[in-house]
Amino acid sequence: MAASHFLSERSVDHVVLERGEVANSWRRERWDSLRLLTPNWQSRLPGHHYGGPDPDGYMTMPEVVGFIDRFAALTGAPVRTGTTVTSVRRTDDGYRVTTDQGELACRTVVIASGACNRPAVPALSEAVPDEVVQLTPFDYRNPGRLPDGGVLVVGASATGVQLAAEIQRSGRPVTLSAGEHVRMPRVYRGRDVLWWMDAAGVWDQRYDEVPDLTRARSLASPQLVGTRERATLDLNALTELGVELVGRASMVRDGELLFSGGLRNVIRLADLKLDRLLTAFDEWALESEVEADLKAPERFEPTRVPASTRLRLDLRGGAIRTIVWATGFRPDYSWLDVPVVDTKGRLDHDGGVVAGPGLYALGLPVLRRRKSTFIHGIEDDARDVIAHLDGYLRS
Amino acid sequence: MTAVDSIDNGVNVQALLEAREALKGAPEAAQFTWRSTTRWENGVHTTSTVKDYSGLGADHEHKAESTFVADHPEVFAATDNGITPIEYLLVGLGSCLTAGIASVAQNRGIQLRSVEATLEGAHDIRGILGADSDVRNGYNGIKVSFNIDADASKEDIEALVAQSQKRSAVFDALTNPTDVTVEVV
Repeated sequence: MAASHFLSERSVDHVVLERGEVANSWRRERWDSLRLLTPNWQSRLPGHHYGGPDPDGYMTMPEVVGFIDRFAALTGAPVRTGTTVTSVRRTDDGYRVTTDQGELACRTVVIASGACNRPAVPALSEAVPDEVVQLTPFDYRNPGRLPDGGVLVVGASATGVQLAAEIQRSGRPVTLSAGEHVRMPRVYRGRDVLWWMDAAGVWDQRYDEVPDLTRARSLASPQLVGTRERATLDLNALTELGVELVGRASMVRDGELLFSGGLRNVIRLADLKLDRLLTAFDEWALESEVEADLKAPERFEPTRVPASTRLRLDLRGGAIRTIVWATGFRPDYSWLDVPVVDTKGRLDHDGGVVAGPGLYALGLPVLRRRKSTFIHGIEDDARDVIAHLDGYLRS
Repeated sequence: MTAVDSIDNGVNVQALLEAREALKGAPEAAQFTWRSTTRWENGVHTTSTVKDYSGLGADHEHKAESTFVADHPEVFAATDNGITPIEYLLVGLGSCLTAGIASVAQNRGIQLRSVEATLEGAHDIRGILGADSDVRNGYNGIKVSFNIDADASKEDIEALVAQSQKRSAVFDALTNPTDVTVEVV
């Protein structure tokens, strides 16, 4: 729809195809308690800003749906809802798009189907004994729907830490399996940490300036949660709640899940990275006008690592009734019959310009800038990509 | 790049970075097989040799064959002709992490002056003796202490050590399970 906004601005005839309703994934594929990680004032779409009473708060999913609905109405985007694309094929002069509502011929296609169409669950899940219930964040709604008893949450991104916390609070003892992760305080020197990412220019870093783009594009979401209290939800906070930390899940052998003994190092890596990030913030602040308004710099307590972590967990003994795979998501391009997807299922694109002529992408992590991952990142990305598309149509 | 070019830890990082790029498109060439052979001498005394390996689609030989003697100490009622097999794991881990530190330091433009690792493996031998079935055979834990003198801050040195663990073959082999097949031919 952001693309539609800029296409309309350039008077390019277009349609927006939506498999369900507007903001479909926000309506159906999220758990009940989820709020955006970004504060309300940061939720910006082209020509559309948050105008409510709580700029520092975080939108619930119904609020996100309302926000996007209003944007759709405002832009007058020509959306065809309830239209599922089943195939996109190259033709002599463009693309043939097949949907469950018929076919369309077009010169260009903007792929805006998102990066989180399917949960990415590791192959070792196949060896988990049948008596353990396995869920992904797409299936999970709230802790009340889980069986009573222990829960293993695999993955320590925003999803993993949020689910671990609320499940632990429900009285189900949680074990959290953590690989590499991104630690962040919710608030630093009195400002939301994402204010810093924005203000200090971290998010404006262009994709072609990022040293390791493949890594940046596959980085786990930071350990953040949007709450009224603006509470930090790092591994120390989870330890205080009583969550048991273990290393990365490696394999299932004889009904036992085996964990890496490398937890201490992934924790150290995250602590060191956090300190480097805060140092960069402090250095930026010194040169800026806001320094005087900020609280003093601080450093956070190193993450506490258990003296000896559990290396194995019996999945047949009944101690673990549920495993939640918070192991990330991947896009689904099964409908894209154009050879632009690599062996790892990633779209081959250069800042949203896909390898196929007239084919474009929007709404992927670090598409053109670090902020591309977030809602407010779409405006600059869509402007740039649609400018390229318009140039292609005129050439 | 001046800082990077002017420091020298003796690691050819450029070659490694080039290999990384080349192998991205040629996963089959990246498949290596390392080999060793072990011959029983007498008692718990063995001699192992390492000479050839394969990788990059070809067979290779080290410049020279290496020989490793293993035995068990006299407190195990053995002849102590060499170190205990489980001590070789410490040798492997220490040398792998130290090599990683030199490589990462070279890549990050950090000049090393000295690096020394001290490794300790905590081992409850009731496991191997079968004295207590709740005790595992292998190490209960390994502690590695690095003493590093380099042109870098404490934080940068810690980051070197952390990155070295992240990319270490032996650290991974020890901290994660590996499928092991043993057969009689």
